[in-house]
Amino acid sequence: MIITSPDALESIRQEAAKSLSIREGSNNGNSAEPAGLEKGAPHLQILCCGGTGCKASESAKIVDNFRESLKAHGIADKVDVVVPGCFGFCEKGPIVKIIPDNTFYTSVRPDDVEEIVTSHIIAGNRVERLLYQDPVTGQHISDSQHMNFYRKQMRIALRNCGFINPEDIREYIARDGYKALADSLKRDSLEVLADIKASGLRGRGGAGFPTGMKWEIARKFDAPDKYVVCNADEGDPGAFMDRSIMEGDPNSVIEAMMICGYCINAHNGLIYIRAEYPLAVHRLKVAIEQAREYGLLGKNILGTGFDFDIEIRYGAGAFVCGEETALIHSMEGKRGEPTLKPPFPAEAGYFGHPTNVNNVETLANVPIILTKGPQWFASIGTEKSKGTKVFALAGKINNVGLIEVPMGTTLREIIYDIGGGVKGGKNFKAIQTGGPSGGCLTEKHLDIPIDYESLSAAGSMMGSGGMIVMDEEDCMVSVAKFFLEFTVGESCGKCTPCRIGNKRMLEILDRITEGRGTEEDLETLENLAKTIKDTALCGLGQTSPNPVLSTLSNFRVEYEEHVRDHICRAHKCKSLLTYSIDPALCKGCSACARGCPVSAIEGEVRKPFVIHSEKCIRCGMCISRCKFGAINVH
Amino acid sequence: MKVSCEALRQVEAICEKFNNDPGELITILHETQNTLGYLPEEVQAVIARCLGIPAQKVYGVVTFYSFFSMVPKGKYPVSVCLGTACYVRGSDKVLEEFKRVLGIEVGEATPDGKFSLDCLRCVGACGLAPVATIGERVYGRLNPSDIKKIIDEY
Repeated sequence: MIITSPDALESIRQEAAKSLSIREGSNNGNSAEPAGLEKGAPHLQILCCGGTGCKASESAKIVDNFRESLKAHGIADKVDVVVPGCFGFCEKGPIVKIIPDNTFYTSVRPDDVEEIVTSHIIAGNRVERLLYQDPVTGQHISDSQHMNFYRKQMRIALRNCGFINPEDIREYIARDGYKALADSLKRDSLEVLADIKASGLRGRGGAGFPTGMKWEIARKFDAPDKYVVCNADEGDPGAFMDRSIMEGDPNSVIEAMMICGYCINAHNGLIYIRAEYPLAVHRLKVAIEQAREYGLLGKNILGTGFDFDIEIRYGAGAFVCGEETALIHSMEGKRGEPTLKPPFPAEAGYFGHPTNVNNVETLANVPIILTKGPQWFASIGTEKSKGTKVFALAGKINNVGLIEVPMGTTLREIIYDIGGGVKGGKNFKAIQTGGPSGGCLTEKHLDIPIDYESLSAAGSMMGSGGMIVMDEEDCMVSVAKFFLEFTVGESCGKCTPCRIGNKRMLEILDRITEGRGTEEDLETLENLAKTIKDTALCGLGQTSPNPVLSTLSNFRVEYEEHVRDHICRAHKCKSLLTYSIDPALCKGCSACARGCPVSAIEGEVRKPFVIHSEKCIRCGMCISRCKFGAINVH
Repeated sequence: MKVSCEALRQVEAICEKFNNDPGELITILHETQNTLGYLPEEVQAVIARCLGIPAQKVYGVVTFYSFFSMVPKGKYPVSVCLGTACYVRGSDKVLEEFKRVLGIEVGEATPDGKFSLDCLRCVGACGLAPVATIGERVYGRLNPSDIKKIIDEY
């Protein structure tokens, strides 16, 4: 069915909104009595997370079990099973939500399905044991609005994730989807562009270039073939917001690309996506196909004469392809090596045609900015960074997940209020933001309001929004080495500072973590890092020393301990460790000796055992086997 | 290992499907690897001939991207996530244990062709860190002591 006018789109919206109203109503935040068929509820919906994280914990099996159970109870016509995208609270996945009462079940197993159906869906009684338990008060909380994890969040880019079925374009339309496009096509494209500029939206992929300005530049270059490219090559390990948006709300990206096309006079769209994201690829394909069926992609869109279509291009596992010139080369079938700018892609990009590249999260903000108005968006955030940012919160934190907060939220709020603090009650040591291009921030940075400028000033960067929390058991020299190993592996090899400089830095870090470092090494490390920063060709190279520089400035003592005293306070650097058995605690059970993979432990049963340190490979197996805590590491 | 003539004809058909367009090289390589499992030199030479580009260009692209492999994978490819979230939750120890149990290094396959071992960067299941995948199945919250049991399941 082709939608031929904005009015026709509106009537579809009204029709589709009816079936979504049961979910919209529940979204107002309440602790309503649980609904059940026996309590007179006419209709219920079960939302079962279909994001990659929950799918890894058998959410697909849970969905199957629900469908079977509903059929077996003869109530399949009264209860819908919907598979939306990520809810964000990955730590407690798989998540199952019951509508209309908004009950939020956590860590659901396929075996729990029958109980949810019989007690909740049919009888109207919540399954208490599957509710989220507040770690401080111990209380069971039934709806997400009352959980600390969600309370400080503001979901704009993720507005539809975990709410609509991403494989049904009508649900997107019901949520004002494609309304921004329809309205824009009625206006002068310059006016639309002015709105994007006025909103203050900046690129969410890393550097934070103002989106409206980027579009304005791209608009200036006139050519018969121009391209709008969506950068979905989310290579930053530990960041998965773009994937979640594409899995949970692919139509928002498509709509935004069209609006961009209208603003810059382009009619071709390309989405460059990692081949490692099969589910996101699938959902995008479905969305593109449905948009074509509805005439929202193709020729004469909504009867306005505007043409636009989108194709998908695949990445093949190269971090540097997140850099826009490298990405464009990769789309052309070449090695993903960056080139010097200018010329900028806006002038000569994909096969020499003017090209505008925006990242997924940036695009996901565009439709709602236009429906709610640029002033609304500009009222959120800080002076120079408007709106919200999605962060992937992971590492040593209680509530791992995907969060969206207004710019200006502090790291402390994110770690302690939303994240629920450091895992296992350990002491907080550092938070790493910006992935391999970012840096490690420490206790003293916890109260700065986060935005592009403040993170850069603190020696890190926004990057794509990965946030990894580290505790006292993490060695900061090893962390720096970990990121440098990544960069060395991902360097494209084109420019010397990145190809050779990073390798030399890695060698120095190897020496330091093996106890062979010198004080002079620290100086060389710092000099090299600064030189690479100043001289590398592209963004990857220029930012690659950040993990080293930030740990050197915030955790210099740890470097010095490694070099001077041959101590790794976190007990991570194996070469600096000695394992021994405390004879007072050892019961002589021989569990350690039997578990030791290199037979480095000897002794007589019921007498204290001994570790031969020249044989010991410091694997830690003995520690995990000893029931008496008799193994010492120092 | 020799590639069969039939396989090489399949490769030609794939190139043909994309009009032998050098701009589609990466798509062609994806599809070829999906079909054959890997991209050995003979196959690269066929692609180069079909697209009318030097073989070194194809080789350059294959070796640039980590997704492409010139050696066959095991029947059950094991990938250990070394993303940051998994790293701080001990994925290095999980990887060491996989190496020990399988008796191979990263990038290798067991002599019987049953398992191969690789690293990957983030499958986005950071809530389950540390994570490894075997084929399409994701194993989360891994402890080195679980590894032997998991491998024995296969």
